[in-house]
Amino acid sequence: MHFRTRGELVVDRLNVALLFVIAALMIFPFFYMLVVSFTSYREYMNTDLLLWPKTWVLDSYRYIFSSKQFMQSIGNTVWITVIGTVIDLAMTSTMAYGLSRQVPGRKYINFMVLLTFLFSGGMIPTYLVVKATGLIDTSWALILPGAISAFNLLIMRQFFMGIPNELTEAAIIDGASEMKVYTHIILPLSKPVLAAFGLFCAVGHWNTFFDAILYLNNPDKWTIQVILRQIVVLSDTASSLKPTLMAQQVRDQHLPPPETIGMAAILVATVPILFVYPFLQKHFAKGVMLGAVKG
Amino acid sequence: MSSVIEETVSRSVPVSLKRPSKSLLSRMWHMRFIYLLLLPGIAYFVIYKYVPMVGIMIAFQDYSAFTGIWHSDWVGFAHFKEIFDDPDIVQILFNTLYLSLLQLLFAFPVGIALALMLNELRNHAYKRTIQSIVYLPHFVSWIVVIGLVNTFLSEKGIVNSMLGLLHLPQSNLLTSPGWFMPLLLLEGIWKETGWGTIIFLAALSGINNELYEAGVVDGASRMRLMWHVTLPALRGTIALLLILQLGHVLDTGIEQIMLMINALTKDVGTTLDYYVYVKGILNADFSFSAAFGLFKSLIGLILILGANKLTKKFGEEGAF
Repeated sequence: MHFRTRGELVVDRLNVALLFVIAALMIFPFFYMLVVSFTSYREYMNTDLLLWPKTWVLDSYRYIFSSKQFMQSIGNTVWITVIGTVIDLAMTSTMAYGLSRQVPGRKYINFMVLLTFLFSGGMIPTYLVVKATGLIDTSWALILPGAISAFNLLIMRQFFMGIPNELTEAAIIDGASEMKVYTHIILPLSKPVLAAFGLFCAVGHWNTFFDAILYLNNPDKWTIQVILRQIVVLSDTASSLKPTLMAQQVRDQHLPPPETIGMAAILVATVPILFVYPFLQKHFAKGVMLGAVKG
Repeated sequence: MSSVIEETVSRSVPVSLKRPSKSLLSRMWHMRFIYLLLLPGIAYFVIYKYVPMVGIMIAFQDYSAFTGIWHSDWVGFAHFKEIFDDPDIVQILFNTLYLSLLQLLFAFPVGIALALMLNELRNHAYKRTIQSIVYLPHFVSWIVVIGLVNTFLSEKGIVNSMLGLLHLPQSNLLTSPGWFMPLLLLEGIWKETGWGTIIFLAALSGINNELYEAGVVDGASRMRLMWHVTLPALRGTIALLLILQLGHVLDTGIEQIMLMINALTKDVGTTLDYYVYVKGILNADFSFSAAFGLFKSLIGLILILGANKLTKKFGEEGAF
């Protein structure tokens, strides 16, 4: 772009190098988790600084994949992710479309949505409502109470309003119903937004943790993040009885150590995200930009 | 088009001459399918956002699950008094503000610095690769982050291995009270800083290139360009994000803390959000906890409105 002095060149190279180091720090934990998860019991216990296993073993993976609870939680999470994302998108887009039309009373509805930015009932009253609506211990508790994000709703409405009005009016003059306008004009033109938000919602559902802790007591309903907590966090804290029990078990049966099991479990739970990530990336910058353009 | 015209017409005529309500009704009937589309969303906001707001009244009751919200005894501000009498409140408030301050002082500037560094990269393929990598941690869950940290800091973990190789004393940072907040901060920086750059980069990409060219013609160095062109362009975005941050000074989130905290770090790690959870859900003290949550929300509301006013005073746009 312009002439660079020697000093600027040095700064440039330092910048490139420093960013390389930062990126390496970001990616290293993923690499370490891969390495540890494939390490054998003996090697994990005897190596001081483990950076590359001499032999790659599948013990930890065998252990978690043979766990009925682990597999069941993956099934639960897939279900919640798929149904939850569909419901999120359906509810958000229908409401956003409704608010983008010149319908009498929309100002009040808009205000009702905006107010939730400033004030909310908080955890306890929300918990009581979820309980009163009979969702405790059902997967719906992880889907319905968070179905619409007010922020996404307003961005999507803004996007719909950007679609030329002439298009909608022409369709209506040609005899199309409102429903048809929504499904045949608005939705097809909004694919980029729907893709971006859909992927955000899906990642959100896949990573749901606190709601699951809050609303689900029945272990059969638990999601993958709750099971991960059982495996990687509770087995480590000083306050829990579990580590001693688990350590005992490990010594007796020569099971893989908790750390390698934990890393394998984390890897399996992260693979779907790593898998959609390249696809995600194409869309999310757009999604965030929509948010950044203040609406 | 007709509805637009109708609206402008109805807005321009004086109130007394406004169309009779019959036409409003017919307009509403005309758009009945739109209302049908709005219905699920409205029901959602009423049930899961507004009913809980009404439910806040249990903060003024001695709520019991057996008698329910309509038959519990009213106790006025007793639970709010309880909050101020709670011997732990000072420590909890301190923990909350301390964590927020750490984030404001360290995490926030790191995000801006990273965005500026990315913006200076000339090689587009390299820039895109680095961006993909630094965005990635945002998409993993807190359990994954804390699971990794636990493994890094475990007895056989990489931190202790390094310390051992350097002949330094090994220690367990996970149970050390002094390390609790710094660890939360570092985890947060690792997970969210890259993602946070997106909004800054969006603002930077909007800068008019002529400003740089004019600067170069005038003989400005890269550093001067950054100081006089790039940073001023970020001012609005920085101000906006600062307001949002200030409004959330009391929100520390729960997931990260509940996963990190243990018996030895309980005192230094309990924040307002976490306390609401412990009291309300674990100890089933619904009324006290709801009062505590309401107290927190009200202060948060005042903070966000105040911060917004302040930024407007400094000549920035503000959030609303």
